[in-house]
Amino acid sequence: MSETIVLRGARPYGEQPRDIVVSDGRIAAIVDSGSGEADRIVSAEDCVILPGLVDLHTHLREPGREHAETIESGSRAAALGGYTCVHAMANTSPVADTAGVVEQVWRRGIECGLVEVRPVGAVTVGLAGAQLAELGAMAHSAAAVRVFSDDGLCVHDPLLMRRALEYVKAFDGVVAQHAQDPRLTEGAQMNESELSGRLGLAGWPAVAEESIIARDVLLAEHVGSRLHVCHVSTAGSVEVIRWAKSRGIPVTAEATPHHLLLTEELVATFDPIYKVNPPLRRAEDVQALREAVADGTIDIIATDHAPHPREDKDCEWAAAAMGMLGLETALGIVAQVFIESGLLDWRSVADLMSAAPARIGRVAGQGQPIEVGAVANLAVWDPSARTTVVADNLASRSRNTPYAGLELPGRVRHVLFEGRMTVNDGRIA
Amino acid sequence: MIGPHLLSAADLTREDAVGVLDTTAELASVTDRSVKKLPTLRGRTVVNLFFEDSTRTRISFELAAKRLSADVINFAAKGSSVSKGESLKDTALTLEAMGADAVIIRHGASGAPYRLATAGWINGSVINAGDGTHEHPTQALLDAYTLRRHVRDADGIGADLEGVRVVIVGDILHSRVARSNVLLLRTLGAHVTVVAPPTLMPFGVETWPCEINYDIDDVLPKADAVMMLRVQAERMAGSYFPTELEYSRMYGLDSRRMDLMPSDAIVMHPGPMNRGVEISAEVADSPRAVVVEQVTNGVHVRMAVMYLLLGGAPSGTDSEGREG
Repeated sequence: MSETIVLRGARPYGEQPRDIVVSDGRIAAIVDSGSGEADRIVSAEDCVILPGLVDLHTHLREPGREHAETIESGSRAAALGGYTCVHAMANTSPVADTAGVVEQVWRRGIECGLVEVRPVGAVTVGLAGAQLAELGAMAHSAAAVRVFSDDGLCVHDPLLMRRALEYVKAFDGVVAQHAQDPRLTEGAQMNESELSGRLGLAGWPAVAEESIIARDVLLAEHVGSRLHVCHVSTAGSVEVIRWAKSRGIPVTAEATPHHLLLTEELVATFDPIYKVNPPLRRAEDVQALREAVADGTIDIIATDHAPHPREDKDCEWAAAAMGMLGLETALGIVAQVFIESGLLDWRSVADLMSAAPARIGRVAGQGQPIEVGAVANLAVWDPSARTTVVADNLASRSRNTPYAGLELPGRVRHVLFEGRMTVNDGRIA
Repeated sequence: MIGPHLLSAADLTREDAVGVLDTTAELASVTDRSVKKLPTLRGRTVVNLFFEDSTRTRISFELAAKRLSADVINFAAKGSSVSKGESLKDTALTLEAMGADAVIIRHGASGAPYRLATAGWINGSVINAGDGTHEHPTQALLDAYTLRRHVRDADGIGADLEGVRVVIVGDILHSRVARSNVLLLRTLGAHVTVVAPPTLMPFGVETWPCEINYDIDDVLPKADAVMMLRVQAERMAGSYFPTELEYSRMYGLDSRRMDLMPSDAIVMHPGPMNRGVEISAEVADSPRAVVVEQVTNGVHVRMAVMYLLLGGAPSGTDSEGREG
């Protein structure tokens, strides 16, 4: 019999205060505030309690680039951000394109024990876009992969994309597409716009994303497969996805916190901390993404947490790596953009950041509602706190946050992963 | 007052720019004397940091610095960090450790001079000698100076370029010369028209402070000056235009087209020229082409920029102190 815990006075989804009693990894009881009993009482008065967050898009860099992040450091960053599950993208070295690599990542996640690490399998061998990887072997491995993606690169060949969409139906998998036409984005450095023309940086036009999404939703409709679209970044993409959903096409889509907050104007500093792929877009795109999240066109918030060592950002723009940290700041940004503005309530946030990503990734023990019998994956959020982002205080091994110095609302106080405290009062337990 | 850096033509107000041109005129008259050197930058170290081969620009800056008595170091950084050589940061730290007072940087990446000036790696002045497809402000200044000498009276002290009509023709998309010239000439009051096939126009060019035209013949009759830009053969591989021959036919400046221009209009080119592509040999060698004069003016303009940035006063006093 493990230690029993009561979260005292926490407000599930920001609603009425309750005591949540956790025992044997599950929620054993939800009772009146102040009446719950357990071995350990954790004060959570006035805190919002959410199901543990689930990230469908995380780069943990291990194996191969452990100087940027490890499964251990990434797990810590995730836990401190309120996550109980992350999906580790396949663009490691070696690429996660075999059962061996995905099992290695999965096992290492269990050893670290802070979050559930779900490996994403590559769609094509070596992310080369030429030949399907052994998707079935990865699906049937101990890691039980359900999400497949060449993220970082687009599955550009339309026939290969069609085959991948069809093939993963056999094990209820989903292809998560990084929508970027490679020919239209050769050498691209930033959003193609009046600003890119002025700065003399090669443009990444919105159409390079939108044309691939349009093609893919039609392919998904044609073969009757699920499609997930990674990091949607443009107003036009939102329109295409909205249209696809209106036709009943089984497409889901994600937006990242940075595409919901930051705009391309930051590129004028030439500071590569703002270099990311897809690039930061116009204010109109940010607005369209926010509306799409609010109306359900975009299903989930995913971080695209992309750690890079200092030298990959401490250089000129063109030489810099693309990507930003995201795990430890995602919930604060969502709180600022959606809760403080009144666009969404906490139930909707729980769906966007936990239930829906768990559903898309087919992760059974995650994203469950806060109710008796559910697996005790829970995040306790103090909405009254304010947090100033300090790069050197992040748990990630890298420092490439674009938010340094920014004050965000709230703070992750506690996290329970399968009934165990992984974060206690803002620190790894 | 300009400085401490010169990164973009947009850094300059009209007053600043006219001031640079006036200083250029004064320095040009000094260097016409038999002893061409001024003691202004004696004891100061100027580094030519060139990540791209550009012998003519480097020599121009080198000569300018030497005529001001600066110590000049040429640092040809073979292979930028893009190609895994020494990083820009380490190069910058090295130059800082050696006590460079100014770094003149030519780099293939747009914005590299901004990083050098703002990342905290060095304290000295940074002069942008061309960054990627972004800007080349001293080229714009030398072009403005050349224009002023031709459209205003002799040295034109105090004059701007109000109402002067300039046509820039060629690969606007990839041209740092075009970007800096559009900004600076507009600041000085000139009316600029850019001409190129639509594929070689930058995205959003309609928001620039200039007119756009796809037909060179349409704009030549009203031009006071035509600036021809180099078109590189590798642009064909990017499908920007079908063949060099078609480009030359549609956008090249030959004698027939030169005859469309007003009789006193001048032809400019930042060099190096592709004779037979964007400019015919007859035009390049005609008295209306001021290409060689642009080179001479380039040295004087760069002297003026260093003079003003590094604390020299136009009266030419010897300035040893370094600004805090």
